[in-house]
Amino acid sequence: MQNQMVMFEEEQRQIDAICEGLHRDANAQAILCIDKNGQSIASAGEVASLDITSLSSLTAGNVAATGGIASLLAEKEFAGQFHEGEKTNVHISIVSSRIILVVLFDERSSLGLVRLRVKRATAALNKVLESLLAKADDSSTSAVLAEITDDDIDNLFND
Amino acid sequence: MSFINYSSREINCKIVYYGPGLCGKTTNLQYIYNKTNPDAKGKMISLATETERTLFFDFLPLSLGEIRGFKTRFHLYTVPGQVFYDASRKLILKGVDGVVFVADSQIERFEANIESLENLKDNLKEQGYDLAKLPFVIQYNKTDLPNASPREELEEELNPNGVISFDACAVTGEGVFDTLKAVAKLVLTELKKGG
Repeated sequence: MQNQMVMFEEEQRQIDAICEGLHRDANAQAILCIDKNGQSIASAGEVASLDITSLSSLTAGNVAATGGIASLLAEKEFAGQFHEGEKTNVHISIVSSRIILVVLFDERSSLGLVRLRVKRATAALNKVLESLLAKADDSSTSAVLAEITDDDIDNLFND
Repeated sequence: MSFINYSSREINCKIVYYGPGLCGKTTNLQYIYNKTNPDAKGKMISLATETERTLFFDFLPLSLGEIRGFKTRFHLYTVPGQVFYDASRKLILKGVDGVVFVADSQIERFEANIESLENLKDNLKEQGYDLAKLPFVIQYNKTDLPNASPREELEEELNPNGVISFDACAVTGEGVFDTLKAVAKLVLTELKKGG
């Protein structure tokens, strides 16, 4: 299977901390960190009322569509997007071509502040992603998957 | 591209339902959504036109239970079947772990099935995938209709490699869960091999 995305506890903690830091520093409502295929990786802030699974999938679809437009225009990618709402604004950016960083913010913050803080968070996320990719390449870490038996898989569907 | 999270102990996979326009891809997802326990599913999202034709995709997140302490989560997507939405179809295939091809058994749609299957192969190739190496099942939908092509003819044209296939009537649900279970099983088996 190609380029499987893997997350470990240490890196998850680091990403959680970066999201929490960005939430605080950008005066944001919420931060979402999403895999480019639409899987949620981390979140911070006022997320209890959010449907994170749906938001992740739709944002990834949005980024994919924007990427499609970029390639039609011979651009590599559009690294950022901004949606302005009446109450909530959305800032979307791509980190290392792998991860989507979403900042939801209201009048307590501003686009300028969000952009500034996202830049710093992006640099930090880049470092974590590098170590994540290096670890994921180490095949010994996927031993858990190899231990799954055919019976385990069959049992999942025996209901 | 599956996403294995050792921190939250989750395995996340993406399954795409592909097929010609009006073959019943969205109906498959709607049936699964209606028959699944609320705690095992998320919201179903349909990005559709005013006439309920899929514009970009349908999305349904499902939890199928635990394997060795890992929660298995499947994200089901459909593509827009209409020919002119090809750019959108390509995007949705990105990161796919398993494919269901929903064929429309009606004799009038015979050519449309062939065209759509070729389109699937081409679009996968563009993303660096080979359909023959992906977890892949075929569903012959609408086999209950009087104008359905004989199963043998469909198999001969659409399934030369003999992948697992099911007869279905997505409106009543016949064959819908069999199809889903088969592709999910293949995805997990592939994941195990890869690990």
